Amino acid sequence: MSAAAFTLAEARDALKARKISSRELTEALVKAVEQARPLNAYVTETPEKAFEMAAASDARLAKGEGGALEGLPLAIKDLFCTKGVRTTAGSKILGNFVPPYESTVTQNLWNAGAVMLGKTNMDEFAMGSSNETSAHGPAFNPWRARNSNANLVPGGSSGGSAAAVAADLCLAATGTDTGGSIRQPAAVTGIVGLKPTYGRCSRWGIVAFASSLDQAGPMTKTVRDAAIMLKSMASVDTKDSTSMDVPVPDYEKLLEGGIKGLRVGIPKEYRMDGAPPEIAALWDKGAEWLKAQGAEIVEVSLPHTKYALPTYYIVAPAEASSNLARYDGVRYGHRAKGAHDITELYEKSRAEGFGAEVQRRILIGTYVLSAGYYDAYYARAQKLRTLIARDFTEAYGKCDVLLTPATPGPAFAVGDKSDDPVAMYLNDVFTVTVNLAGLPGIAVPAGLTANGLPLGLQLIGKAFDEATVLRAGLAIEEAAAFRHKPANWWRAA
Amino acid sequence: MTSIDHAPSGSGGSPEKTKLVKGQTGEWEIVIGMEVHAQVLSKSKLFSGASTEFGAEPNAQVSFVDAGMPGMLPVINAKCVEQAVRTGLGLKAKINLSSIFDRKNYFYPDLPQGYQISQYKNPIVGEGEVFIDLKDGSTVRVGIERLHLEQDAGKSLHDQHPDSSYVDLNRSGIALMEIVTKPDMRCSEEAAAFLKKLRAIVRYLGTCDGNMDEGSMRADVNVSVRRPGGPLGTRCEIKNVNSMRFVAQAVEYEARRQVEIIEGGGSIKQETRLFDSRLNQTRSMRSKEEAHDYRYFPDPDLLPLELDQAWVREIEKSLPELPDAKRARFIVAGLSPYDASVLVAERELADYYEELAKGVDAKAAANWLNNEILGRLNRDSLSITDVPVSAAANNAIIGMIMAGTISGKIAKDLLDIVWTEGGDPRAIVESRGLRQVTDTGAIDAAIEAVIAGNPDKVEEIKAKPKLAAWFVGQVMKQTGGKANPAAVNAALKKRLNLPEQG
Amino acid sequence: MSVDKDTVRRIARLARLAVPEEKLEPLAGELTGLFNWVEMLNEVHIEGVPAMTSVVAQKLKWREDKVTEGGAAEALMTNAPEHEATFFVVPKVVE
Repeated sequence: MSAAAFTLAEARDALKARKISSRELTEALVKAVEQARPLNAYVTETPEKAFEMAAASDARLAKGEGGALEGLPLAIKDLFCTKGVRTTAGSKILGNFVPPYESTVTQNLWNAGAVMLGKTNMDEFAMGSSNETSAHGPAFNPWRARNSNANLVPGGSSGGSAAAVAADLCLAATGTDTGGSIRQPAAVTGIVGLKPTYGRCSRWGIVAFASSLDQAGPMTKTVRDAAIMLKSMASVDTKDSTSMDVPVPDYEKLLEGGIKGLRVGIPKEYRMDGAPPEIAALWDKGAEWLKAQGAEIVEVSLPHTKYALPTYYIVAPAEASSNLARYDGVRYGHRAKGAHDITELYEKSRAEGFGAEVQRRILIGTYVLSAGYYDAYYARAQKLRTLIARDFTEAYGKCDVLLTPATPGPAFAVGDKSDDPVAMYLNDVFTVTVNLAGLPGIAVPAGLTANGLPLGLQLIGKAFDEATVLRAGLAIEEAAAFRHKPANWWRAA
Repeated sequence: MTSIDHAPSGSGGSPEKTKLVKGQTGEWEIVIGMEVHAQVLSKSKLFSGASTEFGAEPNAQVSFVDAGMPGMLPVINAKCVEQAVRTGLGLKAKINLSSIFDRKNYFYPDLPQGYQISQYKNPIVGEGEVFIDLKDGSTVRVGIERLHLEQDAGKSLHDQHPDSSYVDLNRSGIALMEIVTKPDMRCSEEAAAFLKKLRAIVRYLGTCDGNMDEGSMRADVNVSVRRPGGPLGTRCEIKNVNSMRFVAQAVEYEARRQVEIIEGGGSIKQETRLFDSRLNQTRSMRSKEEAHDYRYFPDPDLLPLELDQAWVREIEKSLPELPDAKRARFIVAGLSPYDASVLVAERELADYYEELAKGVDAKAAANWLNNEILGRLNRDSLSITDVPVSAAANNAIIGMIMAGTISGKIAKDLLDIVWTEGGDPRAIVESRGLRQVTDTGAIDAAIEAVIAGNPDKVEEIKAKPKLAAWFVGQVMKQTGGKANPAAVNAALKKRLNLPEQG
Repeated sequence: MSVDKDTVRRIARLARLAVPEEKLEPLAGELTGLFNWVEMLNEVHIEGVPAMTSVVAQKLKWREDKVTEGGAAEALMTNAPEHEATFFVVPKVVE
C-alpha cells in the first residue's frame, strides 16, 4: 500500500513510530497529486511549501516534539485564505488574489504541525452541489459507475476536497458547509464529512458565502480522522463574533464507549416521495446496524422539513448578495478594462468576474432584500428558521441523535442537472435543515448502489455535541465496513 | 441617513411671530430637524483594531477588516458602546438594552465592504431631549428621536488626477454616533444653537471632540416650510453642513428658496442638497438622485448587542455635571443667565472659570474672566486652552483685589505682567511694590504735597466740590497709583472740610 | 409570483451587475420559477414567531479599545488592480 493511502490516524502513528518520515509521506502525496491532474481536484499545488513544512515537522518529530497533526499533509479548500498562497474561492473575480493573512482554521492546522499540499477546487463562492460552477472547470469524481466511462460530479461545493480525499491525493482535507457542501460531496465520493455546530470553527479568513450558515469542517477517510482533525480545526476565536465560547474536547478520546442506550431518532419527513429505493433501503439498514449495537430507535417528526430548502434559498442568497458586494474591482481581484466611470467599472467587473450561478444568487438575494419584498421573503424565511430549529429541539426531547440519508441519490453525470437550478438545489434536501438550525452533522459512507457508486448516511446531533455524532458515525462505519476504493482511471500515463 | 418621522413632537402651540419668514403671500413657518454625525472618541475603530488618529498617511490606519478583504469579520469595540450609552444618558435618553446592527447596502469606492454596518430598526439609544438657550433668554426643548452607532466611510479625493479619484480608507470603520432630532426647531438661530449645545454636551461627556474642522461632527439639516400651524411641507435634506454659522446660513437660504418656489406656484421636490459655503446657497446633489434601496438586514456576522442594566447605571453614576446643571448652579451663585450660558458653552471655559472663582465673588470672577481674560485672548487670537495665565493665578489676583491688597487698576497691570512674563502674582506684587497704600500717614503726606503745590486749586474747590476728583487723581499720581482710592477720598474730604455728599 | 424583465434590470442595477438585454428575459423566467417554488412558505403560519437573529445563543463579544492593526498600506496595495503610492485608484467619481 502506498503511503498516500494511509488514513490520518495511520500516518500519525507511523510518523510517531518513526516508520516513515513526513518528507516520504509528502513525496508520495505530491506525486499522487501530480498524477491525478485529470481529476482537477487541486487548483493550486504548493509542493515547495509542503516539503518545507515537512522538513520542519521531521525536525520536530526527531526531537520527540510536534503537534497533533505533525507532519500530516492536508488539502485546503480554496475558500480558506492562505497567507502568500493564491486564494480564488473558485471565482474569476478574485483574480490572482494572494491574501496577506491566514485563516484561523488553517493557522490552527499549521500550528498543530500539518503540511499544506495545495488548494482544492470548489463551486464558485461555494455556490453549487456539483463543483461545476468553478471558474477552474469542474473537478471529477474519482468514482465511475460500473461499466461506464462517464465523468461524474464529486458533489459540491467542496468537490475538490472530496475528490482529493477519495482518490488518496491527501490524508484529509478541509471543507466548508453552508447547505451541505461538506456532507453531500463526502457522501457521493465515499468519504466522511463533518459539519460542526455553527460557531465551533472560526469563520475568520474564510471567504464568506452566507455568514449565518457557513461552517468549516473536516473531510476525511474515516470517522476517527474526522475526530482528530476537528480537534485541531476548532477553536474559540476572538476575531469571530459568532465563534462560541465552548472548550474544544478531545473528540478522538470521546469516540470510545459505544452507543449502547443511545436514542436514535428517525425523522419521518425525510422519507421523500420519489426517492430512489436504494436510499430508503440503506437508511433502514443503518437503523438496524445501530440497533444491533444497542441503540434505541425512535420515530420523530420534523414537521417543517419541506420548507427548509426554499427557506435556505432566500436566506443564503440574501446574505451572499451583501457578502459579495466587496468584490468590486477596486482593492483586489478582477477589474474590467476600459470602464469610463465607477458604475461601469463595478457593473462590468462583476459581470465578467462572477459566473452564472453566482450572478443568479446575487440577483435573488438583492431581490428578496429590496424595498417592499423584505417582509414577504427575508423576514418570513428567518421566522421559518426559528420553526425549523424548534423542530429539532423538540425531537431532541425524544432522542440524542438523528439518522437520515445524506443525499437523495449517488453522484450524477457532469452536465446532468446544470440546466435546472431547482433540481440542482434538491441535492441538499437532507443536509440543509442542519445548517438552518446550526447543528452538527456527519456523512459516513455506508454502501454502494447497484452500479457501484457510494452512498452515505447522515447523523445529526445537538448543538456542540459533535462527540455523540462522531460516536454514532463510528458505529455506522464499523457496521458498514465500507472498504471500497475507486478504480484509478485518472493516473496520467 | 435615517428617515425621521417628520412630525413635530412639541405641543403644537401657536408659532412665535418673530421666527416666521415673511413671503409675498403671507407668513411661513420653518420646520427643521437635524441628523448629526459625531465621531466617537476612541483609540481604535468600531469593528477593528486600526487607529482613529486624524491626519495619518493614506491607508496607514486601515486593517484588513476596514479594507473589506475576503473573510474578514467585525468585532465590536467596547469603548464605542460605552461612549454611545454615555452620550445617550447625557441626552437624557432611553438606553435600549438590546439593539441590532444592520447592513446598509450600497456601492461607493470609499465603502469597501459594499455595505455600512449601522443600526436601523433597533438603535442603541431611543428618545431623549436637549434644551437650547436663545439670545432672548428663552429656552426651547428639542426632542431627540434616536442615537445609533455606525461605521464611517473612507474618503475619495477627486482633485489629485484629471481622470481618477483616489481612495483613502483611514476613516473607514471609525465609529460614528448618528443623533437624530425631532423636527422641533423653527428658525436658524435654534438650529445653530442646537448644534452648539449638542457639541457642548458631547465634549463635556468626552464622547466626541466636536472638532468640526476635522469632520468629527457633521450635520445634515432637514428643512421644510409651511403656513404657521398648517400641515407639514415637503422637506429637503441639506448634507454635511460643517459649522454653526453654515447651519444658520443654510437654513435661511433654503427656507427662502422653498418659500419662493411655493409662492411662485411650484412645489418642493424631496431631495438631497449640498450647502455651498462660498456661494452661501444650497444646490441639488444630482449624484444622490438615483433611487436608493439600501436593503437593510441584520448583520449575520454580529449578534444582537445586549447591555447589562447595572453596567448602564455605573456609567450614569460616572457622568460629569452637564452644561444645564452647571448653568443652573452658576445662576444660583449669582451670575446672570446670560453670563452663565456663555461660561458653560465650553467645558474648558467653565472649568477655568470654576477654578478662577474658587472662594471669591462669583460675579466679580465672571466679570474678570469676561473683561480681562477673554478680551486678551481675543486680542491675541488665542483659545481658552492656550491661556497663558492659570486660573489659579487669576484667582490670586482677584483675591488680592477683594482683600484690598491691590487696586483694580493695578490688578489689570499685574495681569499684563503675568500674561507676558509669567510668574506668581503675589510675589510680583511684593517684589515690585504694587501693594495698595492704605497707610493714612503716607496718604496724608501725599495730600499735603499736592495742597502745597496747588494753593489756587484749594481755593477753587471750595466753590466747586467736583474738583475733588482732580485732587484724588493727583494724590494717586503722587503715590504711584498704589494708594487706596477710597482712603484718599476720605482723607481729602476731611482735610479740605468738604461735605460728605460731594 | 412573476418576475418581469424590468424588475431584473432594476435589481441587476442595484447589485451592480451588467446584464445584457437579451439575458433579462431568460433570467426573469428562471427567477419566476424559483419564486414560484418558494411560494410554499406562505402556507406556514408565522404570526408570533420570532425571526432568528443569532444561530448561537451567546452574548456578543466585545473587544478592548486598543490599536492592534494598521500600518499595512503597502500590503493592502499588493493586490490592488490600480494604485498610486498608497491610494487606491478608481475612475473619476463625479459629485
